[in-house]
Amino acid sequence: MRRLLGILAALVAVVIVAACSTADENASTTETTTGADANTTATQSDNVQLTQRRGLTIAMVTHGDGGSFWSVAKKGAQDGAKDMGVRLRYTESNNDPEKQAQMIEAAVTEKVDGLAVSAPNPDAIKGAVQRARSAGIPVVTLNSGAEQSSELGAFTHVGQTETIAGQGAGRQFKQAGVKKVLCVIHEQANIGLNQRCDGAKTGFGGSVTTLQVKGTDDIQTTLTEIQSKLSSDRSFDGVLALNPDIAVAARDAAKAARSDAKVATFDLSGDVVKSIADGSILFAVDQQQYLQGYLPVVFLTLNKTNANTVGGGRPVLTGPGFVTKENAATIERLAEAGTR
Amino acid sequence: MTEQAIGGPETTPTVSVVDDRLAEVSTFTKLLRRPELGALIGALAVGIFFAATAPSFRTLGGMANWTDVASTLGIMAVVVALLMIGGEFDLSAGVMTGTTGLFMGILTTEAGFSMWPAIVLTLLFAATVGFVNGIMVVKTKLPSFIVTLATFFVLQGVNLGVTKAITDTVRVAGLLDVPGYHGAATLLASTFWEPYNFRISVVWWIGITVVATWVLARTHWGNWIFAVGGDANAARNVGVPVARVKIALFMTVSVCAGLVGMMIALRLGSIQAGQGIGEEFTYIIAAVVGGCLLTGGYGSAIGASIGALIVGMAFIGIQFSGWNTDWRFLFLGVILLAAVLVNNLVRKSAEGARR
Repeated sequence: MRRLLGILAALVAVVIVAACSTADENASTTETTTGADANTTATQSDNVQLTQRRGLTIAMVTHGDGGSFWSVAKKGAQDGAKDMGVRLRYTESNNDPEKQAQMIEAAVTEKVDGLAVSAPNPDAIKGAVQRARSAGIPVVTLNSGAEQSSELGAFTHVGQTETIAGQGAGRQFKQAGVKKVLCVIHEQANIGLNQRCDGAKTGFGGSVTTLQVKGTDDIQTTLTEIQSKLSSDRSFDGVLALNPDIAVAARDAAKAARSDAKVATFDLSGDVVKSIADGSILFAVDQQQYLQGYLPVVFLTLNKTNANTVGGGRPVLTGPGFVTKENAATIERLAEAGTR
Repeated sequence: MTEQAIGGPETTPTVSVVDDRLAEVSTFTKLLRRPELGALIGALAVGIFFAATAPSFRTLGGMANWTDVASTLGIMAVVVALLMIGGEFDLSAGVMTGTTGLFMGILTTEAGFSMWPAIVLTLLFAATVGFVNGIMVVKTKLPSFIVTLATFFVLQGVNLGVTKAITDTVRVAGLLDVPGYHGAATLLASTFWEPYNFRISVVWWIGITVVATWVLARTHWGNWIFAVGGDANAARNVGVPVARVKIALFMTVSVCAGLVGMMIALRLGSIQAGQGIGEEFTYIIAAVVGGCLLTGGYGSAIGASIGALIVGMAFIGIQFSGWNTDWRFLFLGVILLAAVLVNNLVRKSAEGARR
């Protein structure tokens, strides 16, 4: 009994410490907010705007999983909020559309001033986003969902179109003289991944086979799955991963299977850039997700304070850019800082 | 209410049985002995904590948000609690919400069924899966943990394989255009009480909790459930149809998973192949927070409901509080562990008070 009480007390302490440390974080954001406010009031003393960014809260609700891709997007959003002097509420649903809808609805309840959402499954969040629109909250979509962005009521989309990026990757493989490509799909429910593989097929012009793997939350199994595919069919000489963590697994899988397949990937991580520099990964398609976090915060703030609508109803493209052996060194420095 | 004591072996001391039954017990001690009390205290603590830290949490709109999260979870937690009281697990309960949602989606958008026949067929299909789970557990006498884990993997594979084979993508979409959608959505996926927009699933959740509590406390089925979970052999010897009770419980879980799967599909207008995977443990956790024992024979439906409420409040409360959501699962884990510990503490002291 007494021991139980002790454990309980320890738990409560953990919660309090954690809550305090996040509260500190909030406090520092508020500080920057007031700092920015002081500047604006100093320069525009005639005080025309009702909302001078003071207390503006931008919510960003993504389907992210906290992995190396989304942590960079989140960093972008946090930096954007700091630079604009607004408060950011970033949440991610780990690919669960029901949870994402619930998180959006919670943001609407909070009466946030702007909403940025990723839309890998637009139907699923349509109702929740409509509720935000009818509450007068401006919406920007990001990452996935370029085609349905305006239908959802967003004034622009920030991201890259999956098909175009896939075609670019296919062409790069073709230039490298690859004959048969394995396209590794690591999420069951993200249509964008299938679009990338389809795009790669058209850009490549040759044979592209898709392989569904376990995913980023079980890299070991994923590695084994890729390895057994490569050893059972020796004709694969290219592997296209759609996520940097999967790319590293694919690189190791190719080595373990003694396959000569050249590995390429979508998106970057520190490991991937190092591997490109040393030649063990051929290239990476970079959609520069830092911008997908940063720009929506800027666009929504400008929409709220200055009634600007960026994009003219068209998507704002953040990619594709290609990271190859030539530019890897520069990117490596930035990736280590967590912004690429 | 007193029937509940029959099932729990720990709650019926063998010494001086007659005296104990006749002894006057204070209302307070009676209250302490309820399996769901710990969960209730936990829920109050979590509720007060978030109400104090996050203003949005206190509003009716906020309440609509956290009951929304708790409702579909709660429906499943209640029936999973019944199954656990009956001494079995169903690890396929989570993935079943996806399977049934996809089943209904494919029937309507690909096979041309209209909504209502599809709903009936989906429920029949769900009942069949539950029956297969039940009969396998009863006939093979293997632990249900293993049998339903197999079902889980089978269904996960079927969900992805069939969905991709039929739609060429990883989801079934277009439910909004199916004839009968609006009627079905009104029943299963609408909202009420403008402008707060509470989900209709909250009503289902409360309804199912009430029915399950009534069954447990006031019907012979309730006694049978406690009996088969407490000691299946003893129950069989006194004439309880053990196999029938267990199979019925598995079917109940599957049918309710079907209900939840359809709620999600109708709400989102589409359903993904990965829906529900991993949720089965949240159901079990909610049931345990609500006072169910992993060994069976003891627990409560209301408790499981409150357990689900705690998860819902924590999930939304963390967002409203503006905490860095990187830590979300740490908080969820700590809150759940604290709730289980409180529950344990209260039960122990209540049992102590009895002696």
